Amino acid sequence: MLEIEIDGKKLTAPQGSTVMEAAHSIGTYIPHFCYHKKLSIAANCRMCLVEVEKAPKPLPACATPVTDGMKIHTHSDLAKKAQAGVMEFLLINHPLDCPICDQGGECQLQDIAVGYGNGASRYQEEKRAVPGKDMGPLVSAEEMSRCIHCTRCVRFTEEIGGFQEIGMAHRGEFSEILPFLGKTVNSEISGNVIDLCPVGALTSKPYRYSTRAWELSRRKSVSPHDGLGANLIVQVKHNEVMRVLPLENEEINECWLADRDRFSYQGLNSDARLKTPKIKFDGRWHDTDWETALAYVVKGLNGVSADHGKDAIGFLTSPHSTTEELYLAQKLARAFGINNIDYRSARSDFRADAAKQGAEWLGSSIVELAAAKSVLVIGSSLRSEQPLLASRIRQASKKGMALNIIHVADDELLMNVHAKLIASPLALVNAVAQVLKAVVAIKGGDSTLDLAQVDVSAQAQAIADSLCAGETARIVLGAVAQHHPAYSELLALTQEIARISGAGFGVLSEAANSVGAELVGAWAQGGMSAGEMIASPRKAYVLLNTEPEFDGYNSAASVAAMKQAATVIALTAYQSEGLLDYADVLLPIAPFSETAGSFINMEGRLQAFNGVTKPQGEARPAWKVLRVLGNMLSLDGFGFNSAEEVRSELLAKGDIAQRLNNSLSSIAANTAAKAGVVRVGEVPVYSTDAICRHAPALQATALAAAPVARIAADVFAAAGLAEGELALVKQGGATLRVPAHLDASLPAGVVRLAVARAETAMLGGMFDTIEIERG
Amino acid sequence: MNKFFKTFFLLELLKGLSVTLRYFFARKITVQFPEEKTPMSPRFRGLHAQRRYANGEERCIACKLCEAVCPAMAITIESEQRDDGTRRTSRYDIDLTKCIFCGFCEEACPVDAIVETHIFEYHGEKRGDLYYTKPMLLAVGDKYEAEIAKNKAADAKYR
Repeated sequence: MLEIEIDGKKLTAPQGSTVMEAAHSIGTYIPHFCYHKKLSIAANCRMCLVEVEKAPKPLPACATPVTDGMKIHTHSDLAKKAQAGVMEFLLINHPLDCPICDQGGECQLQDIAVGYGNGASRYQEEKRAVPGKDMGPLVSAEEMSRCIHCTRCVRFTEEIGGFQEIGMAHRGEFSEILPFLGKTVNSEISGNVIDLCPVGALTSKPYRYSTRAWELSRRKSVSPHDGLGANLIVQVKHNEVMRVLPLENEEINECWLADRDRFSYQGLNSDARLKTPKIKFDGRWHDTDWETALAYVVKGLNGVSADHGKDAIGFLTSPHSTTEELYLAQKLARAFGINNIDYRSARSDFRADAAKQGAEWLGSSIVELAAAKSVLVIGSSLRSEQPLLASRIRQASKKGMALNIIHVADDELLMNVHAKLIASPLALVNAVAQVLKAVVAIKGGDSTLDLAQVDVSAQAQAIADSLCAGETARIVLGAVAQHHPAYSELLALTQEIARISGAGFGVLSEAANSVGAELVGAWAQGGMSAGEMIASPRKAYVLLNTEPEFDGYNSAASVAAMKQAATVIALTAYQSEGLLDYADVLLPIAPFSETAGSFINMEGRLQAFNGVTKPQGEARPAWKVLRVLGNMLSLDGFGFNSAEEVRSELLAKGDIAQRLNNSLSSIAANTAAKAGVVRVGEVPVYSTDAICRHAPALQATALAAAPVARIAADVFAAAGLAEGELALVKQGGATLRVPAHLDASLPAGVVRLAVARAETAMLGGMFDTIEIERG
Repeated sequence: MNKFFKTFFLLELLKGLSVTLRYFFARKITVQFPEEKTPMSPRFRGLHAQRRYANGEERCIACKLCEAVCPAMAITIESEQRDDGTRRTSRYDIDLTKCIFCGFCEEACPVDAIVETHIFEYHGEKRGDLYYTKPMLLAVGDKYEAEIAKNKAADAKYR
């Protein structure tokens, strides 16, 4: 530790830290633009000049390491003069368009100009003008004249985003920030450059010109999308969500947000929001009031249970619902005598249910995962499933984490990958078994699984070496593995690898409340799983916050099951086309922003939040709807007066941490690799839930482009296709014509075609066999 | 004793009547409103108006500084991006029943869009009549632009 003095205050700072960090540690503010604690040091704005005794000139605080006995003056005459001089230079070319600038009122340049600049400008000559750039539908770069060249955005895309999508071209007065080669910025975390930009050069396109910063109230919330549970500041004006900003939480989202968390708010204000209860009779939809609608629901449920028995009713819920809603849904179902309830519509393998010992979770905290020396990710398109966690792993992989991948496609992860094993979904179990066999060979343990037929490849050996060599190793299963028809086998093999190698293991929860849904028992315990409810259709379905054509493993079968049902009761925030087609009652419920509730994220952390706006129209929080439904069905124990009461009842069932357990009590796996042409159907990053599906800006991005069939070389050649021409895709009796693209990153026998899109909703299962022809 | 005399001879009454008598013969200052009007300062703060540029483009850029500065919270603005990409108001309302005519909105405006004119003889028969919307304010501005410009020019050298 070094003894230094800042403005007469004595303090100690660690060797290698900068003057800026030392000043922040004692709460002394030094004005800065280009410095950011999460980015590398550029020292190009020169705003943080401070006087250091015995130094001939003022020094930039952000790039000056502390030395023993250093005496720093941040507000001396010399420092002030230097700062005012830099400010004057920065303002020379900065336009005076603050009144129309979206950054006005929350602009660092404005604030620092007032605090550290001279009162007036001496510059009389012409200012330079920089043409605007097109950075895509999320980030507006229309006013690049405002740029002060701090290069925070450039460093962000390069260091945090993993790929330099924005750069600075030319020199001196001609330098400008621009996306490369006329391309748009397509990163899944690109929205963070809006927060980083200290001026109004990069602003939010959906928010453009809508409100001023001082009109908005700030309310805390939690992201309802991926399992990370990013903390949000939701900004509200006139009962409408105007924008979403990150709430810093070093243990979860640091100071970043994924674009999905940031821009999905547009879906909350969508015209497709359901605002009144609706009932379908005589083949037409009629708006009605809650009393009539709920009485109709009660009549429907009682009618079906009287005619066909309680087992003829199925509840499909969503892992994007709050813990309270899921708890009440399963309480209602079970009190009514129905055990057919499941939140896992997107899964296809439920064989492990009987052997479960607790709720699936990450197996560690997010911080611990990032700190592990070796990590194996099985079956996850990390960047689209978990955009922010992927960026965290990217940072860790730079700092020496050995990242190993077993996946169904060789995705560009934009991070350092130690070893990767790419296998068709039909060979995925075999791929994991190879690693297990290699681990058994290294550690000398004994696996109960039969590995005689497994041949260890070089990549599997490298992965096994890495897992066994690392002091701390972790294995995680992504959404592709969870949706895979052999998930129970993948889980069993992972458990074996973890047991023998000493690694920890867990799953990357795909949705905000997957862990919560499992903890409160909103899954098939003693009843039918989501897969069984679709495979042997029920007479009546109750849908909570789910659209089976998008959320189901097999959208065609899900829709068919809905259509044959005598009654479908949907609690939904949106009136989607599918629901209007097959549902009989639509009850408008409030999305996460309009209800109190909680999500339990992948690390088992319960994060409670309040509604940030009032529910729109006649929509009501789902917990209230379920509570009243419970009363109307004359069930006991539905006297809740607040979401907090529901939460305290569900938390009284036991400590969350003790009920998290990934281990299975008995394991089995068929490790033989199969051959054939199989679909890889992933949920695109902006199709995960109804809120993002209704957010127009997200849907306009390149990541949400219309699905195309990406085809492995062998299938492509066998079908005689040409690049870009239409291919005829056949699955489960349905056909679809989509553009075909040869994709060298896919293993043999794979056709990659997204699910959860209206364009592909007529097709079958995510990882089922598929046929491709010229068409 | 002194007080008794003053009261007895009604001295204070006479003193008062002498003032009356003096003004009886003095020059009259009464103005026959509305036929006659008193002169006004160019800074007079009357009815609000929204101005346009000479080419017909509205001046207001929806910066909302007037809304922010208004102490009576009489101004309501909603902004949007117009089809040509410029920042414009989709709503600009002044509730004149709330307005205290302090002139802060005029002071705050960076583009001299919102101004207070010399008009003070306006009325509304219902409360809602005094809720001025953007078309009404622009109409006032269009009608009195010459006068507004003259007053702005007269006051410019003191700013």
